[in-house]
Amino acid sequence: MTVPVIPIEHVLALAAALFVMGLVGVLVRRNVIFLLMSLEIMMNACGLAFIAAGAKWGQPDGQIMFMLILALAAAEVAVALGLVLQLERRFDSLDIDTAGEMSG
Amino acid sequence: MALALFYIAAAVALASTVLVITRRNAAHALIYLVVSLLSIAVIFFLLGAPFAAALEIVIYAGAIVVLFLFVVMMLNLGRRSAERERLWLRPGMWIGPAILVGVLLLEMLYVIVLDAPGTTRGAVVGPKEVGTALFGPYLLAVELAAMLLLAALIGAYHLGRRYLGDRREELS
Repeated sequence: MTVPVIPIEHVLALAAALFVMGLVGVLVRRNVIFLLMSLEIMMNACGLAFIAAGAKWGQPDGQIMFMLILALAAAEVAVALGLVLQLERRFDSLDIDTAGEMSG
Repeated sequence: MALALFYIAAAVALASTVLVITRRNAAHALIYLVVSLLSIAVIFFLLGAPFAAALEIVIYAGAIVVLFLFVVMMLNLGRRSAERERLWLRPGMWIGPAILVGVLLLEMLYVIVLDAPGTTRGAVVGPKEVGTALFGPYLLAVELAAMLLLAALIGAYHLGRRYLGDRREELS
């Protein structure tokens, strides 16, 4: 009855690929806006993995975890964009490395 | 057939995500991010999670990306913004996202018009099941998410208010 038409391995491979892309974005880009976008991509990939697992077993738990990730992403982006505004005001730049003076 | 739809949507998602992290311009990257989120919403739909697909579009592609766009526009307020906007809105820049979204639109038309034989019809987990579970065993998680959102609201207000206050002093 609940035979998944789409093989779960392929969905998980897609989620892993998207996650790695987000990770590469975080590591490579130095613009804060792009860092935040890459974080969104990574969280979205996690959500995709949860949905795939939920679809595999036909249970709503995967979608609920996705909704919690959604709430987390919204909260994170609101605070982080406030920090971006502060960064731009204090350092007059969006480069994350300009804020590295606390590294001792 | 759902398999072919899935692979097309996955290809669109991967292509647009690569384009997001390689763009130089934040506004262009945001457009590609919307395309990526839309294609992932298509995949959610094919996986039998229509409610999650709707949330993906409404909250991710709607609210979060618009928040990004607001900040990107705000940061460019003073600096040659008219010239910059003309540069952003060059007609050629819309071709890439338009092609990718067109592929997704064709998929959607196929599913709607031909009524999608062979999608995961037996395994759909609809909004009713999700809501029942959400306000049953997961009630505590909902409360925690509410507290998290309240904390984020207060934090964002605090951080943004100081910025806007200083901005107003500079302008006056």
